Amino acid sequence: MKTVIVIGNGMVGYKFCEKFRAHPANSSYKLLVFGEEPRPAYDRVHLSEFFGNQDAKALELAPASWYKENNIELITNQRVTDIKSDSKEIHTISGGSYSYDHLVLATGSVPFVPPIKGVEKEGVFVYRTIEDLEGMLAYAAQIKAIKPDGKAAILGGGLLGLEAGKAVLDMGLEPHVVEFAPKLMPRQLDTRSSNVLRLKLESMGIQVHLGKATNQILGDKVIEGMDFGEDDQLDVDMLIISAGIRPRDELGKTCGLEMGTRGGIVVDNKMETSVKDIYAIGEVALYNHMIYGLVAPGYEMADVAVNQILGNSETIMPDEIDMSTKLKLMGVDVASFGTPYMPADKGLSIIFENKTKYLYKRINVSHDGKTLLGGILVGDASDYNILHQMYLNGMALPDNAEELIVGARGEGGSAFGSAMDLPDTAQICSCESVSKGNICSSLLNGESDSLKDIISCTKATTGCGGCKPMVVELVNETLKSMGKEVKDIICEHFEYTRQELYGIVKVKKITTYDEALDKCGKGDGCEVCKPALASIFATIYNDTANKEDVIQDSNDRFLANIQRNGSYSVVPRIPGGEITPEKLIVIGEVAKEYNLYTKITGGQRIDLFGAELNDLPAIWKKLIDAGFESGHAYGKSLRTVKSCVGSTWCRYGMDESVSFAIELEDRYKGLRSPHKLKGGVSGCIRECAEARGKDFGVIAVEGGWNLYVCGNGGATPKHALLLAEQIDNETVIKYLDRFLMYYIRTAAPLMRTAAWLEKLEGGIEQLKKIVVDDSLNIAEELEVEMQSLVDKYECEWKQAVENEEIKKRFSHFVNTDERDDNIVFVPMREQKMPEPWTN
Amino acid sequence: METLFQQYAPVALEKVTVWFKACHERDIPENGGACVKYKDKQIAVYHFKRKQKWYACQNLCPHKMEMVLSRGMIGDADGIAKVACPMHKKTFSLETGENLNGNLPSIATFPVKVENGFVYLGFSE
Repeated sequence: MKTVIVIGNGMVGYKFCEKFRAHPANSSYKLLVFGEEPRPAYDRVHLSEFFGNQDAKALELAPASWYKENNIELITNQRVTDIKSDSKEIHTISGGSYSYDHLVLATGSVPFVPPIKGVEKEGVFVYRTIEDLEGMLAYAAQIKAIKPDGKAAILGGGLLGLEAGKAVLDMGLEPHVVEFAPKLMPRQLDTRSSNVLRLKLESMGIQVHLGKATNQILGDKVIEGMDFGEDDQLDVDMLIISAGIRPRDELGKTCGLEMGTRGGIVVDNKMETSVKDIYAIGEVALYNHMIYGLVAPGYEMADVAVNQILGNSETIMPDEIDMSTKLKLMGVDVASFGTPYMPADKGLSIIFENKTKYLYKRINVSHDGKTLLGGILVGDASDYNILHQMYLNGMALPDNAEELIVGARGEGGSAFGSAMDLPDTAQICSCESVSKGNICSSLLNGESDSLKDIISCTKATTGCGGCKPMVVELVNETLKSMGKEVKDIICEHFEYTRQELYGIVKVKKITTYDEALDKCGKGDGCEVCKPALASIFATIYNDTANKEDVIQDSNDRFLANIQRNGSYSVVPRIPGGEITPEKLIVIGEVAKEYNLYTKITGGQRIDLFGAELNDLPAIWKKLIDAGFESGHAYGKSLRTVKSCVGSTWCRYGMDESVSFAIELEDRYKGLRSPHKLKGGVSGCIRECAEARGKDFGVIAVEGGWNLYVCGNGGATPKHALLLAEQIDNETVIKYLDRFLMYYIRTAAPLMRTAAWLEKLEGGIEQLKKIVVDDSLNIAEELEVEMQSLVDKYECEWKQAVENEEIKKRFSHFVNTDERDDNIVFVPMREQKMPEPWTN
Repeated sequence: METLFQQYAPVALEKVTVWFKACHERDIPENGGACVKYKDKQIAVYHFKRKQKWYACQNLCPHKMEMVLSRGMIGDADGIAKVACPMHKKTFSLETGENLNGNLPSIATFPVKVENGFVYLGFSE
């Protein structure tokens, strides 16, 4: 048995293990891996996601059990201190020594901390590990507690620095990006694209300071600011240094490996160092006088090292390494490939810039106009994949090369065909080295027949994920070419789209889930098709969620929102946000009696948190007795119709927004839909109800109401678009009936109105034709359907409270009246909250 | 929290020493689930009416350690009976306890039998 020791368990070290174990010739080898961090390797490329979910597990590349299952001994929390290359052994900090036959150095890099006076001060961080992030989060929370308008600077405006900027924004501090160069992402962008990106970042609240050399960090013990010399200072409470990387090469020095003059362990195209049987891969390796700080070259190096060790000497590192990158920074696409900028004697550039939309696109073509040399995309990188492939494969450019970035004139579409036009050798997923040929032939020879199969057998898309759209396209197009139908089916149990299923249920008059399975499905169903069918039943028959509770999502089943510790929140309907003092008192009394945390929501209602399942019916009873009904806060249904004060009180008001909001909310209350629905009514164009941020918005203007549709807040906010102008109340309702019903009939599950409109061919103009001009001749039918739903409305809470059978659902145990003793609350600002999650 | 999770160990049918009379058959909704208390344990019990099968597992979801699995929707994936946690839709095989859409630790499953309209759960202590 031979031993391979890998020092370093980062992304590249992990990839080495994975490729080693997948190699057919590995059976006589033992793998021993040392990691300095306390956990197994994780995805550092997506590190900033940790700020959103703080879930270290989600970043894990493989759990500790994976190493065991693959017969790899992983020793974490252990630093290797030196290498004795003559006796072929290594020593660790705790005094252990281990012999090897082959040694792989995958020690990666550390953040470069420039020698600035004061960098040791408290509040200065680097951005590299999960522990670094945890430190920042804790520190930012301290700052925010004493200084709500705290600021944090990021030193370095490169890829990682801008990621860190996003992290700061998420932490609730004001971000300032400080870059030494006169432009952002100096290695990837030209000056003009940097300017466009800067404008975009500033519009999002990120301050950018270019061309600034930091002289010193100000403050006593704790950072208070940065000094740039000549009286130029920036007050900040925290600093994150992201000014590049330095290879972790100190082990190389201990055993006399050849080093680069500026660091890094020199390797040849076999990844071999100057000493036999010692290899270096990833960010510690100096190849072609370069340190490659991207994951794809690191993975390729891992593959080369595996093959060299296992005797396949033909696998070597190519001379040229592609440094193209594409990323989404805070929702802004930024990509560069090939030679992003270059002197004019090398080629010619075609540039498109639209600062009002924060768009910049540049492609560089050879003098003869035949070859693509590189390019930059800011704001919209949807064409990156295909441009990148054209560049990599040296494909011929079309005659009108400008159409590659501005679209074919008059149509706005792309000038080129699809991913199918690429040669078979085109590398689609560079992280996992998967070519177009790999994907297509796997489908054609019957090895796989879905996207899921392709991902599991080739691992395509599992690295940075940037190639996903292209892989999806290749899979779909290949399947189509084989005569297989590709569609957006609900799940494995129903081979239909939601729209088709809606039609089937209606035509066959299916009324229960079991009947649907019998007539057009298979198996026992799942958590995807059950709520989808529940929603369809609700919109065809107006069945409430009580009718077949086991096919409802948990929230609908218990008519309340399940919260962090398994308790529930209760939201009574307060139409238009208008409420009497008497009703306010009742809500207060109920909250007091059941010790509920109360909060006024963003939708003009009052949320009562921390109710235990057993107490829900009693709480509803009290609310119902005071005249409340369910607010359907739990359902994929109408939530609120928000209103401003309107002309009754407001000196600017043009119409009675409150009365109209109440009328609309009462009309559509309880309406089940593919996703949650919100509305808004503003009494004038000052738009205090934020109606254009809703699925439907009505704004009073001279001569009536303007009706807007398909907006939303949330993660990808969209302004609603104008559907009709200066219409009266009756017409608003008529159009809304048609619009909502048409959406409910045709959208996919969990598809919001904005995404639905995006998919609707012809967009808003087409929607106008259908809703306003009745081009499909279905307007009357839609109105009739909506009216019948409105007429059949019943409050679900009331049904539950009045029906003993339904009431039984709300006890935690079926064999005792005891309560769930797992629910724990802790105090917070004179109220309570669930105990924080520990994992 | 970890210790809470360790209280639940799977029980194989041949190891059953106690058949606990948990509840009436009709207390568990058809094609749904409910929670039974046994000593200090919370056990989720499910009735797959369509294939006349019963399953039981711990009520504790190992993802965030909440007692909620009995409130999850049930169904199957490639023929394997499963439950989806109502919190974040982590799904678990009710046959082996294995986490089907992630790498969470497996949950404990328990034998169930139904006799004369009553549901019995099998334990080994």
